[in-house]
Amino acid sequence: MMKKGNNINKKYGLCFAILLVLLFVSVISSISVGSTNISFKEVWNALCGNKDNIVVYRIIWDVRMPRICAAIFLGGALTVSGYLLQIFFSNPIAGPFVLGISSGAKLTVALAMICFISNGVQMSSGMLVLSAFIGSMVSMGFVLLVSGKVKNMSMLVVCGVMIGYICSAICDFIVAFAEDSNIVNLHNWSLGSFAGMLWSHVSCMAVVITLAIICVFLLSKPMHAYQLGEEYAKNLGVNIKRFRLAIILLSGILSACVTAFAGPISFVGIAVPHLIRVMFKTSKPMVLVPGCFLGGACFCLICDMIARTVFAPIELSISSVTAIFGAPIVIIMLVKRKANHTRG
Amino acid sequence: MEYVLTEQMRVGYGKHEIVQNINLHLKRGEIMTLIGPNGVGKSTILKSFTRQLSMLGGTCVLDNKELETYNDRELAKKMSIVLTGRVQGEYFTCKDIVEKGRYPYTGSFGIFSDEDHRKVMEALELVNMKDYADCLFEQLSDGQKQRVLLAKAVCQEPEILVLDEPASFLDIRYKLELAQILKHLAKEKNMAILMALHEIDLAKRISDIVVCIKDGKVDQYGEPEDIYSSDYISKLYDIKQGSYNVEGSLMELPPVKNPPEIFVIAGGGFGISVYHKLWRKQIPFAAGVLHENDIETPVAKSLASSIVLERAFEPVSEEKMMEAKKILQYCKSVVCACEQFGTMNMNNKLLLNYAKEQNMLIGPNFL
Repeated sequence: MMKKGNNINKKYGLCFAILLVLLFVSVISSISVGSTNISFKEVWNALCGNKDNIVVYRIIWDVRMPRICAAIFLGGALTVSGYLLQIFFSNPIAGPFVLGISSGAKLTVALAMICFISNGVQMSSGMLVLSAFIGSMVSMGFVLLVSGKVKNMSMLVVCGVMIGYICSAICDFIVAFAEDSNIVNLHNWSLGSFAGMLWSHVSCMAVVITLAIICVFLLSKPMHAYQLGEEYAKNLGVNIKRFRLAIILLSGILSACVTAFAGPISFVGIAVPHLIRVMFKTSKPMVLVPGCFLGGACFCLICDMIARTVFAPIELSISSVTAIFGAPIVIIMLVKRKANHTRG
Repeated sequence: MEYVLTEQMRVGYGKHEIVQNINLHLKRGEIMTLIGPNGVGKSTILKSFTRQLSMLGGTCVLDNKELETYNDRELAKKMSIVLTGRVQGEYFTCKDIVEKGRYPYTGSFGIFSDEDHRKVMEALELVNMKDYADCLFEQLSDGQKQRVLLAKAVCQEPEILVLDEPASFLDIRYKLELAQILKHLAKEKNMAILMALHEIDLAKRISDIVVCIKDGKVDQYGEPEDIYSSDYISKLYDIKQGSYNVEGSLMELPPVKNPPEIFVIAGGGFGISVYHKLWRKQIPFAAGVLHENDIETPVAKSLASSIVLERAFEPVSEEKMMEAKKILQYCKSVVCACEQFGTMNMNNKLLLNYAKEQNMLIGPNFL
């Protein structure tokens, strides 16, 4: 029996190692690939702080590195946020995008940006996150209200998509009628993009996301119990009210952070947790939470690399790329589950 | 020493009261079963008792302490549950499920000690699912799933185990196995067991106390022997079409009401299969002459449209034989389910001879 346990731990270790290697490779190639291709040697030199080639040094440290860090943090955050929602609704097709939470955050961020910009005030990262958090909580409130009325998960998802459309529509109106030329930026952002990240953004998101992920990890044990359903969890001694509140807040903060800095990004929150579950073949949150974070980081990094290189110099929105890779995964997952259900 | 003691407990949803006046006394090592028709509030009582619902009134004391004053973790070490609903989830192994039962005992990260691992395997062994420890839960049959959930509950090392319809998805073999496991837990591990059951025959076999819920209150309360009578069970479940035979714990459907077409000469239990076969074909029949204490008399009573009975331990009298003959004459044919005749039913043999003379006799494979 002990030997078996060791084997399982080895398997998890191997999966984590694969994810880390993948992340490392994606980081290195993300640094070197782009509108200017940089050789690995130059990348190495610049990373070591060698300023001989000042142009390369600037490109790497001022443009690509903040963008890469953002993709890592935000990708991880988005995936964990999706995973939390899946635990909360005990349904694998829950995610911040399909439930309209990202769109809610997008709307409030757009509103806040316009208010501040038209008054000539630049928004700080903290204010961005805060406004996104308010929006995501309002959307989440709606979703919870609906989930109280309809027990059927597919109905809930349809409602979430509708909320998402409403928010996006309002957002489009605002952007279209906004006068200031600064709003041009807003348009790009509202489609979803990692472009134009500053180190100040990165440090803000790093702090918020790291804290939130630590909290999520600390909730692994009650999450494990909650997977059997609310009644069993309560019987096992989980404080359900507090637990549910914590899950909602944390997933809200994580997805708000993503929306505040990179706009709404689709499908990552559903597709990546699914891939990670398949890869690790377990349901243990203690393994899946870090797995999801790493997986999401790799996924977003690779998608971002594709978004900015395939049709360079034109950049695709990140959502277009994540949708192309993510949506088929979700469809395959749904079809497989359906097949399982009819068999059982 | 009462482990569970409720007084004037009232349960329901919100303002809507479903069952009132619940006074239960349960000791450790005893099995208490709630029976009663669907929707009468058995689950509501269990839900209130496990604090999934809050009580509407009255008191409930668990191990000398008011139920409401327990904190979640304290209660988790005292009480564990097995529910009716199905559990879903991907990539759960059976062991994963059972391991959840250790939740109240592990630290904040849920790291397992060797003892925790041992307890998990013990629980799986108890429900005969040890070989499936690493199998995926979703691939098991309903009966196996139910047993894994029971193992989870056992692994939680409770003093009281609460089960809501634990036998619902089980086939007959697993029902018996479940009954054995529950009895074992009560006797060997000194657990108190409180459950709701649909299977009244199973309830009768294993319960120390049966609680009958009807019309929003506890209708009867006591040992199964005191409660189980055909009339009472029929009343409890409002059975108007059919009957419940307590002696054999068998359900019987209502008899075919028309005048008998076939007369069955039977006794000693040989007739039961013939009665059932005739009932399935919906052929009305008469049976006789049977002794009152014959094993097949209750079945014949429920299914035959007429029946001739002799007092227990008395030979079949001339009088009863003539009565039977009268009925027999109006039938189309006669079936003899008896294989042998002795002193007590010698007159049945005369009946048989009469049928032979009249050319009414048909073989047991008559249909």
